[in-house]
Amino acid sequence: MPALLDLIEAGRPVEHHAPGRRAVVAPKTWNLAVEQLAAGRWSLLGLWGEPETVHMALLDEAREIGVISLPCPGGRYPSVGLRHPPALRLERAAADLFGLLPQGLPDTRRWLDHGQWGVTHPLAAQPGAAAAASSYRFLPAEGESLHQIPVGPVHAGIIEPGHFRFTASGEIVVRLEERLGYVHKGIEGLMAGSPVDRAARLAGRTSGDSTVAYALAFARAVEAALGVEVPPRAVWLRALMAELERLANHLGDIGAICNDAAFALMHAHCGVLRERVLRAGNAAFGHRLMRDRIVPGGVEGDLNEEGTTAIRSAITEIRQRFPHLVELYDNTASLQDRTVATGRLKTELARQYAAGGYVGRASGRDFDARRSPGYAPYDELAFDVPVLQEGDVNARVWIRVREVEQSLSLVEQILERLPRGSVRVDIAEAVGRHAGWPREGMALVEGFRGDMLVWLRIGETGLVERCHLRDPSWFQWPLLEAAIEGNIVADFPLCNKSFNCSYSGHDL
Amino acid sequence: MALIFELAVQGAQMVLVLVLAPLLTGFVRKVKARLQRRQGPPLIQPYRDLLRLMRKEVVLADNASWLFRVIPYLIFAATWVAAALVPTFATGLKFSWTADLIAIVALLGSARFFLALAAMDVGTSFGGIGASREVMIASLAEPAMLLIVFSLALVAGATQLSTVAAFMASPDVGLRVSLGMSLIALVMVAIAENARIPVDNPATHLELTMVHEAMVLEYSGRHLAMIEFATFLKLLLYVSLISCVFIPWGLAIAGAGPQSLVVGAVAYAGKLAVCGILLAVFETAIAKMRVFRVPDFLGAALMLALLGTLLLFVSRSL
Repeated sequence: MPALLDLIEAGRPVEHHAPGRRAVVAPKTWNLAVEQLAAGRWSLLGLWGEPETVHMALLDEAREIGVISLPCPGGRYPSVGLRHPPALRLERAAADLFGLLPQGLPDTRRWLDHGQWGVTHPLAAQPGAAAAASSYRFLPAEGESLHQIPVGPVHAGIIEPGHFRFTASGEIVVRLEERLGYVHKGIEGLMAGSPVDRAARLAGRTSGDSTVAYALAFARAVEAALGVEVPPRAVWLRALMAELERLANHLGDIGAICNDAAFALMHAHCGVLRERVLRAGNAAFGHRLMRDRIVPGGVEGDLNEEGTTAIRSAITEIRQRFPHLVELYDNTASLQDRTVATGRLKTELARQYAAGGYVGRASGRDFDARRSPGYAPYDELAFDVPVLQEGDVNARVWIRVREVEQSLSLVEQILERLPRGSVRVDIAEAVGRHAGWPREGMALVEGFRGDMLVWLRIGETGLVERCHLRDPSWFQWPLLEAAIEGNIVADFPLCNKSFNCSYSGHDL
Repeated sequence: MALIFELAVQGAQMVLVLVLAPLLTGFVRKVKARLQRRQGPPLIQPYRDLLRLMRKEVVLADNASWLFRVIPYLIFAATWVAAALVPTFATGLKFSWTADLIAIVALLGSARFFLALAAMDVGTSFGGIGASREVMIASLAEPAMLLIVFSLALVAGATQLSTVAAFMASPDVGLRVSLGMSLIALVMVAIAENARIPVDNPATHLELTMVHEAMVLEYSGRHLAMIEFATFLKLLLYVSLISCVFIPWGLAIAGAGPQSLVVGAVAYAGKLAVCGILLAVFETAIAKMRVFRVPDFLGAALMLALLGTLLLFVSRSL
């Protein structure tokens, strides 16, 4: 059994890649890695394209992370999705954007490209002419008394667009197929060739509810590429923002899940608590969602005494009121009846898809990027990573509840031990120093949904040459299809909300 | 002169239900909002909604038949008649002889039948889902309702509401277990019929969980206004029905003077408020049940009503 490092050793290592290593490998080594994935020994962290090259980020059994790249002249490479299904949609997306053709890919339908771009393969060296829009063929599900229910992309409520095609037998869902890509904004295309600060703002706009996590991941990748050391106070402030974002989103989610079971009381109370966190964020950092506060090189603006007080009072209030809400959730039989045993996700699937966040942890996958590979300042902070085995909606709610408690404690610890000093170093100087050498950086950050991966290359001129952002939802959306099977149609909103995958972050 | 007065009172009742129905829904929404620590929309918001919808253009699907356009008016008319028949503040009105429980059940049943037809008319999948769920609910709610009617008829000796209400207000009625069971069964049926939590959620935006809302998804403009109005009227109808049969105190009896009519009106307003608050509290404290649990819920109502009827037979023969 090879380790990831051996594989990278066998290839041609790339200079200036940090942290971890990247190697250009031969097709044989590539296939060896696919074998490890298919056998379930390694996890796929991401797969993305570049003109004439395809990259794959991997996590091996020793929790070692590395990137292998396969040059593919002619745009052909051996498919990963053929033997490891989690890569399917990533390969289809890379095919749409770069025209890279995975050999043997079982599903060759377009994914992000809906025939509306006016061009095909927009990020390839030579984009193709516009293709005629073809109708999307949903996978067939045939049998007696089966009927189809198309839902979306425009929904009755004001939510993001996505199409769901249900095949149901009466009320029981036999198959669900998703079609996404309606909110493709071309972020990776916009980033290519833009200066670092502009790219950072773009990264922060990938998915509104995870703007802090995206900005943090991007900033850390840039700093890794340029070898910039961020002042300690900035590192701690970043963690503070990330935990506040996690708190706000988890509180909102817990309420929203209950609301989908028509239990509006929880929604209202959780909404109040979420609002307290957002206002504290506004008071402390000048923006409710703390957008554009984390920049490569540090953070924008320092935390003053007033902001600290605002955060402390919000935390105190949540500490007082949240336990009562948890009790209400736990003691409402009618609500428990809806969430327990609904939308069960099998442990094996969660492991195979390397599902991050509450989706994975509610199904027994013990992984948290804050702990492993880990990043500052979490190595100095005390926190638990809750893991449950049930994998149902109820388990996903409980993981969120436990994470809220952990985040409250983390915020308190951070405020307690916040170092003094400057909060930003000038990144422009580092960019200038490294001009002439392409440098690559990578970061894995735990957002509220799960681990998100950012990989980028800063070119010789100091501009971002290629940046790939992989949302945790890439590996969670397919699991939703599996989790809903055998449930009733009317339980889908509940399951969907308990996954709460990002449309925007996925469609990019 | 007496005839004109009686006609005026009857007319007042018909207008009253029309005027009060949106207010009751607005009131329930307001109480629910306050319970959730929200300000909530003003009480008159349902009136504004109706006005807004009436002014809006109607958007019709290409394949909508004439039935689809006619049905909203049919539903509104049937529900209005049914709601106007139930004694609100006075019994023994001019047309009270038509206020038969079975007639009311039949009127509501036809309204439902037409709505389910309209839902399937355009051929969207949500309409189909909504119609099939609604009919599933109705197939249990209607027998339960009829059994409740039988119980009441056995106790009061008539299915005519004025007579039932007069009997229930009299001291002859006594404390009966059957009546208690009927009351619980009627409340359960009322919750299901009015698409309230835990059977359906009137405020949901999730198209896959809807029952009533799924059926009317394709409606817009004045058509939707008619259907919404019918929904408001239906809630008022059930609240009036429960209060006139089980809490009949304060009802003005046949041939009463203006003074007792005023007393009846005030009592009626009080009953509506109490029932509205109870409904809001109940809806706040409970989550919606799975669609497949609804038959259990209504099955319990059916069983209670059946037990109530059986108990009456048993107690009579002894």
